[in-house]
Amino acid sequence: MSLGYMTDLGMDFAPDDDHLAIIDAVDRVCGGFDDQYWSECDTEHRFPWEFYKVMADGGWVGIAIPEQYGGGGRGITEAALVLNRVAASGAAMNGSTALHLTMFGLNPVVKFGNDRLKDTFLPRAAAGDLHVAFGVTEPDAGTDTGRITTRAVEDGSGGWIITGRKIWTSKALESEVVLLLVRTDHDDTNRLNGLSLFLADLDPRYVDIRPIPKVGRNAVASCEVAYDGLPVEGWRMVGERGRGFQQILHGINPERILLSAMACGIGEVAVRRAVEYAKERIVFDRPIGANQAIAHPLARAHMELGAAYQMMRLAAWKYDNGLNCAEEANTAKYLAAEASYFAADQAVQTLGGLGYATEYHVERYWREARLQRLAPVSQEMTCNFIAQNVLGLPRSY
Amino acid sequence: MNVIVCVKQIPDPASPGALDPSTNTLKRDGKLILDESDSYGVEMALQLVDAAGGGEVSLISMAPNGEVSGLRTALAMGAAKGILISDPALLGSDALTTAKVLAAAAQRIGGADLIIAATESSDGYTGTVPEQMAEVLGMASVTFAKKVTINGATLEAHRQTEDGYDEVTCQLPAVISVTAGVVEPRYPSFKGIMAAKSKPVEQVTAADLGVTPVGWAGSGQAVVSITQAEARAAGEVIEDDGETFTKIVTFLENLKVI
Repeated sequence: MSLGYMTDLGMDFAPDDDHLAIIDAVDRVCGGFDDQYWSECDTEHRFPWEFYKVMADGGWVGIAIPEQYGGGGRGITEAALVLNRVAASGAAMNGSTALHLTMFGLNPVVKFGNDRLKDTFLPRAAAGDLHVAFGVTEPDAGTDTGRITTRAVEDGSGGWIITGRKIWTSKALESEVVLLLVRTDHDDTNRLNGLSLFLADLDPRYVDIRPIPKVGRNAVASCEVAYDGLPVEGWRMVGERGRGFQQILHGINPERILLSAMACGIGEVAVRRAVEYAKERIVFDRPIGANQAIAHPLARAHMELGAAYQMMRLAAWKYDNGLNCAEEANTAKYLAAEASYFAADQAVQTLGGLGYATEYHVERYWREARLQRLAPVSQEMTCNFIAQNVLGLPRSY
Repeated sequence: MNVIVCVKQIPDPASPGALDPSTNTLKRDGKLILDESDSYGVEMALQLVDAAGGGEVSLISMAPNGEVSGLRTALAMGAAKGILISDPALLGSDALTTAKVLAAAAQRIGGADLIIAATESSDGYTGTVPEQMAEVLGMASVTFAKKVTINGATLEAHRQTEDGYDEVTCQLPAVISVTAGVVEPRYPSFKGIMAAKSKPVEQVTAADLGVTPVGWAGSGQAVVSITQAEARAAGEVIEDDGETFTKIVTFLENLKVI
């Protein structure tokens, strides 16, 4: 079996002026929000509204929304570049995940939504003033999505009533709407059929939102959300009834690409901070970076991040060119999560005791990098995908 | 109201600069970026035009190798068009020649109610070009403006001094130099960057502008020699004997800072 990633695909490695301009501009915007800002948002569990507003006003949040709805009309590549630079500024997951659900969470609406849905919500998403949460995972149904029990039943007048419980719904507290996967029908032959997707209001009269205390990324809460008879009008169904899971699948690879881009950004800033420290910190009359036990792991982190980044760019390029990118997106997600965590962990190690102190920020990167190995899909399930779908090995579960 | 902003494109200050040993001048053959000190002038121009309710902001820049990156950055902020003077013959031009070239470019644009520049560039630091331009153009000159208001055909400015500021007024058209921090330059926006790609930048030579002689030939100066700045001397080390604070107080008193 050949490693066919790069084979004659025609991917252009020449510098792209637009991409360079995006990178430069987002770096400059993020320069206005330093590590101290992010540390405070994290400590105070405060959503970074000031940062969000600047990114929304600059058109960065709407960069991948089609131009006809007022967005930038660009692809997953440009969205990934934006999120990578945000993360690499030191904003890490607190900054990048404040944006990414609005940037790409509405992809199923763009692809499958009716005109009324698109006309109502996409212009506001493009302007950045519509916050969107994503409700798929349930307490008893994580990766095994077919087991979700949140259900929508018809109300007899064209609408639906939704009841059930979701977990790990990020940004639920700040969001006006949620893209919700629920069961509308039963298909005994395949549990993944019969699920439908709604863009529902997070109406506090019917919805109870509780943040889950967690290790990191505390500026953006992840929540347990209970839906108790939430009424939803019929036109808020996204795409075809019973095809919700298949529609969500379309957004899975872009999500992995974006998460890879963020992970690479976290790794980059972790290595940068560690290198700065290793050059300046003198122990036994020389900078600690002169010790290979410090230098080599940082070199390794840099190389691994570079490889993950290139795989992410290839996956994004394939997606934007309408090619199947499942292998590359999963590979990028796996590599970036490993490289990012290794880099952040090594940054903590390089700074020694100070690496564990909040003041030096690398502990925040480390806490956030850890998340990449769990979400949006675990490293183990990523390996399962490659084993089964690329290598053709038998399924183990 | 039409405003022209002089924008200099300089080597990225984040990378170490280098001097060309054959001319003793700064190497400017790599990628150049917008001098950050000019971003304040661009922002002020945009705000003044906005407040006036009409008109546009134009840019003029003199740079080698057809460089437009810095111009594009300023266009992305909202300027409408620009003129780039790029000409190998300009190599070695002094501040006065630069002022003559920029003045001629301003006239090529059709003049303006106001011309804005930074007080000095972040690579050359001569700090004389804006005033020389004003003289060449026969316009009023206000330097070190930290607050600017336009009132009909009158410009009112707070002019930064060592002790505070002077309130000065002059008639338009005028050339002003503005200090860093005078306004908060806007963040770059995606749409601004994309729009900047199609905004017109006319590239001209010194001859197109009718300015001669230029470069070393027209320069009233020569960089005869350069020397390394003296390395900072090592500080005084005081061993703490429990009374160190008195030595520190004496040290600070001698510096007249306390």
